[in-house]
Amino acid sequence: MRGPSFDHGDFHSMSMPAMKTEVSAVAIPQATAAAPIVTMTPKRAPRADTYAKIAKETAARVVPPLIVIALLLVVWELICRRAGSSLPPPSKVFKDTRELILDPFFDNGGIDKGLFWHLSASLQRVAYGYSLAAIVGIGLGTLVGQSVWAMRGLDPLFQVLRTIPPLAWLPLSLAAFRDGQPSAIFVIFITSVWPIIINTAVGIRNIPQDYRNVAAVVQLNPLEFFTKIMIPAAAPYMFTGLRIGIGLSWLAIVAAEMLIGGVGIGFFIWDAWNSSHISEIILALFYVGIIGFVLDRLIAGLGKVVTRGTAAN
Amino acid sequence: MQAYLKLDHIDKTFTRGSATTEVLKDINLTIEKGEYVSIIGHSGCGKSTLLNIVAGLTGATNGGVLLENREVNAPGPDRAVVFQNHSLLPWLTVYENVKLGVDKVFARTKSRTERDAWVMHNLSLVQMAHAKDKRPSEISGGMKQRVGIARALAMEPKVLLLDEPFGALDALTRAHLQDSVMALHQKLGNTILMITHDVDEAVLLSDRIVMMTNGPSARIGEVLEVPLARPRKRLELATNPGYLKCRQRVLEFLYERHSFVEAA
Repeated sequence: MRGPSFDHGDFHSMSMPAMKTEVSAVAIPQATAAAPIVTMTPKRAPRADTYAKIAKETAARVVPPLIVIALLLVVWELICRRAGSSLPPPSKVFKDTRELILDPFFDNGGIDKGLFWHLSASLQRVAYGYSLAAIVGIGLGTLVGQSVWAMRGLDPLFQVLRTIPPLAWLPLSLAAFRDGQPSAIFVIFITSVWPIIINTAVGIRNIPQDYRNVAAVVQLNPLEFFTKIMIPAAAPYMFTGLRIGIGLSWLAIVAAEMLIGGVGIGFFIWDAWNSSHISEIILALFYVGIIGFVLDRLIAGLGKVVTRGTAAN
Repeated sequence: MQAYLKLDHIDKTFTRGSATTEVLKDINLTIEKGEYVSIIGHSGCGKSTLLNIVAGLTGATNGGVLLENREVNAPGPDRAVVFQNHSLLPWLTVYENVKLGVDKVFARTKSRTERDAWVMHNLSLVQMAHAKDKRPSEISGGMKQRVGIARALAMEPKVLLLDEPFGALDALTRAHLQDSVMALHQKLGNTILMITHDVDEAVLLSDRIVMMTNGPSARIGEVLEVPLARPRKRLELATNPGYLKCRQRVLEFLYERHSFVEAA
């Protein structure tokens, strides 16, 4: 009996640190339980076991945040339930915004629309502004990364312009475009373009000389060099910029929409404040947070797919 | 005999600000078709710079490189390079890495299926056909270097330039790869110019060994013919008097007459 128990202990101590970083505490007992099966039977675990394992791992990830959220809601409820509280408790938020939650697609004309329409209007502006920023950012970033003169000429300008807060551009763009829609798109663009330019430029500058030599020996033309070497080699940096950019876009759109008015989640929030519908503000913030999170994950996921193989060498 | 590759009075000076350093001085060398020539010297003597000049990656300050009596001063697939650190593109598979060069060089002369077959042929020459769909990160250092050699060979270069191709490998893998390169040279008859700092490697592989003096202003100190019959066998050579004599000559040059002086 001493032999196996020693083995078991050994396995445990070896796998512990790795498991700890990977999953949370819930997975550790499971790992120790699984150890004898793995060591004693060389065959693959039956399918039901595999599913049970996946379910356990998922639970280990999902359960802790759910517990935390539930606790926070309880605390919030307790604090805000008192009479005379300036903010509504979660139960009241839900009661007030039931209609908005259950029917996000109504359209009574003007700005009296469901949340879906407000969010999609905001997302559309972000899509335009951000796409423009991605194209211009990668283009300019490549130029600055590739040419020393372009860098010397443009870099100081970029360093100053990128510190200007997004909303400071809004009056100027309103003056230039004389319309809310293009102004909002411009604010998105000007906010998100800087990190894309700067990260792309760093990525291009960091392309190893070896890759350039390979391209020279093979005699790639400039276009082939751009698509076959530069883009894939700089992709991890580009996606860092793109990810920061999408976050900034979403930060800027709410503020810009508060000022330009019309349909959009930013103005929805402002309008709710003016009508003292605090519950609606809270609901809108919840949606803004979720969408910002999804956008970030979307770009990160895209980056993971595109840069597969590039990062690991 | 007509020279196939000719390095004609090459000087190379690097200028940084007001400081100029003469790296290479008056390098003259002719290489015949099918010859295997090694350049050996202490680190910092400019041997890699010399290879880059032949490859066209660096320009010579004076003099030039003639390949079949035509001056070459830009990089091209006729002088394919096997780089020291393999330089495979990590986002391409083994197959795609070799194909990158093949597609450019044979864009007009070979059909798509012929190019595919040619890539596979070259991968099998270096025994890497089985790993064609792997990415560089998934194969060992020795395998990467094999793919690097396949990529260079697949361009059908007039001269194959090897820049310390085995320098980053462990001793066993290195020996294995040296044997492979020897077999390929035997089979295909390539003209090869190799940079190395390994005396045994130089004697084992080369027809001639070019020994460089220390920089700055490095020049060719001595050229040694290696009169050993091919095919050469590593084990048999270990006790071969001709081999030992050549080895002795190179060692004397490197460690007695031109021993490495650490820059103060």
